[in-house]
Amino acid sequence: MIATKPPTYPWRTAKNVALALLAWVIALTFFFPIAWMISSAFKTENQAFATPPVIIFQPIFDNFSLAFAKYGPALKNSLIAAIGSTLLSFLLGLPAAFSMVFYPNSRSRSTLLWVISTKMMPPVGVIVPLYLIFKDLQLLDTIFGLTLMYTTMNLPLVIWMMHSYLSEIPIEILEAARVDGASLQHEFLRIAMPLAAPGIASTALLCIIFAWNEAFFALNLTNVDGAPLSVYISGFKTTQGLFWAGLSAAATLVILPVMAFGWSAQRQLVQGLTMGAVK
Amino acid sequence: MKSKVWIISAGLVSSAAIAALATGAFAQSPVTVTIATVNNSDMKTMESLTNVFEAANPSINLKWNVLPENELRQKVTTDIATGAGSYDVATIGTYEVPIWAKNGWLNSMDALFDRNASIKASYDLADLLTPVRLGLSYNKNLYALPFYAESSMTFYNKAAFAAAKLTMPVKPTWTQIQTFAAKLHKPQNGFFGICLRGLPGWGENMAVFSTMVNTFGGRWFDTNWNATINSPAWNSALTFYVNLQKKYGAPGATGNGFTENLTYMSQNKCGMWIDATVAAGFLKDPRQSKIVDTVGFANAPTGPGTPKGSNWLWSWSLAIPKSSKVSDAAFKFITWATSKEYIALVAKTNGTWASVPPGTRASTYANPEYKKAAGDFAGITLDSINRADPTDATKDPVPYVGVQFVGIPEFQALGTQVGQYVAGALAGQYSVSQALKLGQTAAEKVAKEGGYKK
Amino acid sequence: MTVQHRSLKKKKNAGRTSKLPALLLLAPALGFLILTTQVPFIMTIYYSLFRYSLVDPFKRPFIGLENYVTLFTDPLSVPVLLNTLVLVLSVIALTIIFGAALALLFNRPFFGRSVARTLLIGPFFIMPVITALIWKNSLLNPVFGLFGMASQALGFEAIDWLAQYPMVSIIMMVTWEWTPFALLILLTSLQSLPTDQLEAARLDGASQLQEFWFIVMPHWTRAFEVVVLLEAIFILQIYGEIYIATSGGPGLATTNLPFFIFQKAFGEYSIGMASAAGVIAVVIANIMTALFLRLVNRNATLEVKS
Repeated sequence: MIATKPPTYPWRTAKNVALALLAWVIALTFFFPIAWMISSAFKTENQAFATPPVIIFQPIFDNFSLAFAKYGPALKNSLIAAIGSTLLSFLLGLPAAFSMVFYPNSRSRSTLLWVISTKMMPPVGVIVPLYLIFKDLQLLDTIFGLTLMYTTMNLPLVIWMMHSYLSEIPIEILEAARVDGASLQHEFLRIAMPLAAPGIASTALLCIIFAWNEAFFALNLTNVDGAPLSVYISGFKTTQGLFWAGLSAAATLVILPVMAFGWSAQRQLVQGLTMGAVK
Repeated sequence: MKSKVWIISAGLVSSAAIAALATGAFAQSPVTVTIATVNNSDMKTMESLTNVFEAANPSINLKWNVLPENELRQKVTTDIATGAGSYDVATIGTYEVPIWAKNGWLNSMDALFDRNASIKASYDLADLLTPVRLGLSYNKNLYALPFYAESSMTFYNKAAFAAAKLTMPVKPTWTQIQTFAAKLHKPQNGFFGICLRGLPGWGENMAVFSTMVNTFGGRWFDTNWNATINSPAWNSALTFYVNLQKKYGAPGATGNGFTENLTYMSQNKCGMWIDATVAAGFLKDPRQSKIVDTVGFANAPTGPGTPKGSNWLWSWSLAIPKSSKVSDAAFKFITWATSKEYIALVAKTNGTWASVPPGTRASTYANPEYKKAAGDFAGITLDSINRADPTDATKDPVPYVGVQFVGIPEFQALGTQVGQYVAGALAGQYSVSQALKLGQTAAEKVAKEGGYKK
Repeated sequence: MTVQHRSLKKKKNAGRTSKLPALLLLAPALGFLILTTQVPFIMTIYYSLFRYSLVDPFKRPFIGLENYVTLFTDPLSVPVLLNTLVLVLSVIALTIIFGAALALLFNRPFFGRSVARTLLIGPFFIMPVITALIWKNSLLNPVFGLFGMASQALGFEAIDWLAQYPMVSIIMMVTWEWTPFALLILLTSLQSLPTDQLEAARLDGASQLQEFWFIVMPHWTRAFEVVVLLEAIFILQIYGEIYIATSGGPGLATTNLPFFIFQKAFGEYSIGMASAAGVIAVVIANIMTALFLRLVNRNATLEVKS
């Protein structure tokens, strides 16, 4: 924070109040569509599209009781896929990033670029090959298969971001440890990991959000048993009939866990990004 | 309503369980039938009746994958084309059944009926409406059973008509529709003359627009597979459509499909709407509609070319992929879900005959209770379905089957592409002639690359 | 993210001679990625050489590079590529501008700042499909949408956004989704700005503008790079919002490369063509990344020199 305390002039206070107001107005504007959607979840289909919009109404909970019916299994699958793929991505990605930063060789840079490039294929371009592979390995409609897919999706992100966070660690710290004869495990677990902890937290949050919100692989590679929340939410959309209020209730249930998680992790994220690449 | 179903079916489950215990039927382990179906309200009712079916067939468990139409179509297609065999029952439409049957992807219903004599005896195949059944056949074999079927018709707001001193004829023409739309259109009051689909897609704007092309005297291809989109009939149909929508249509037309137009119509913001007959049920449902008492029904409008093909034919049907390993259990399920008894069961559970799956069986329309509950629109629906002939839907002869589509695998792509050009013309991005020229090129390419044009 | 290249050079000599443990750490991740991405990718390249329709199992001839030739000679490919670039570049530019302005605003302490920041980040947690549905139904629809209602209440004509300004609508939607991301990264960077630098500048009598231009902006360079590179990769893949809101139309107005591939694969079941377009998408993304990294590297070098 800026430590210099400016002398208090009245115009300055006025300006501060105005800027604070502005910030609040913008924040509320950004959040407004979400709030509006959540309010639709308590309306009937008829009210959801009424003109002028219904602002005061008798809230109903029918939409939620319908939405809850299939929520449990999908929530479980989403939690497994999001947390599982994040853990797996770190298990694979952290050592890789560590190796590339502290034991680089002439090919490290091109390897890193290749890792990023695996994220460049639009998922729909590879879905038929993937479907065939999943079929042959009997991974279709399994949460394990989906978790693997999300690991593929998030691993490049983990390697890439952790590479930049680890690069921020002053080499002197590691050199000092090496002089003391520290083992590789010691270097990795006791020195690199603690210093990169905030970076890990923020990258993990991004991974979880991306896995939570992923719909294409989920929709195409799972049916019932392995279906996460993004498939659950599709079940509330229809081409014949009104669905907005019902879908809003389901969508509210879907975003609540990830938003709660995101908000509580926000401090971590901010701290993490501070420490890392964007210092 | 939902909880009532549950109690009834729970009762059935427990009584069936006792019966099963008594006869020792628990010996066989149950098979699971995985069903892919569309997220429309009739299918949701079907899903909610799972317990009833499982109680009657303790050896069969049902597993449901319910998705919106397009997501389901892409998924089921991938699954069946790769032979993955995830589904034992797939919900597919009149367009897909013959094509998939030709690919050898579907089990023949005739063979399954022959294998299950008792089901054949009770099912009453002859009760299925002929056009619907023909639409699901390939080489004289039936490949799917219709769950519900629809045609298209005109819905109108009687109150608005009365206020403007207008009367809707039973069989309106497009010219009349335009005259009415002009008088009803009051955009300053948020009320629009007409609602028509504009959202691009072969099953979206093209479903409606293709019927307009038919009745304006146009066709997609002539008998030698020469594309005829640059013909005067297409030109007058598109000019009419664009003009009608631009002058008297609801705003946002290029984003409006069935659901959006249903919203306009049911929120009392639209004078007329031409769309699927199943909309009648929604507009009569007080939970969804504000015009329950003032909605009127008429036939789909006809144009200057021919009355043929002015209303479409579509059925959502249940088919059993060849890749299913439990085809007999699946067959048991689909014959149950498309039976007369199922229709009666829905009427009983929902407490009204108005919400039974329509358009499949003559017996439904002969039922006095159905006539009483759905009298306003039952007759028009039945007539429209019976009138829709996929083999004779155009003024001039064509080498393909289908009312609002061309029954070739390439049509899904072609229809969507032309649908984009039609939407482009509506949004003012293209002129009518530009849009038709682009469409013509696309259609010529399909005829050539598909090997149709010799 | 340029840091990595410089740090690599710097640390090369510091590395130990034994390569074995390093390889062991690297191998599982690379092995996993090779298996899960290269196998399907090679299959995709293979399919791109066939006229492969998913719904026509009888005709699947090998046609060499014909799919590529078709894509390169089709006049419709030009608007598709342009749309892709317009969408990516405008969203990146807008999110950076909004993100930077908001970061400056939210860097000042004020009442309830953390709550306000939390609300502001909300859009990033919403599934793209839901984002598109919210915008299409509740905001942009000229009759039922709040934008339309608001403009009518103010006495203006309601705008039919998705028909009249389709690309602008999509850009608005995606910008709403991604601004929180840019904000987060830029704000974080701002909070790590060394206070001594600012104090020194103030003592020298720098104006706020000078402060921003000579201290904040150079400090932000790397944060910009993160935002640009990450957003570019993700926004080059966007199709869900387009699928729901406009189906790529009207006409081709909002068809970008991923949606085009989606259309080929699931609209036409033309897997051969979709595969070829997918391969092209990978090539384009690689070229863009390489160009961007080169640009950034040059700037970074200059920065170090000066």
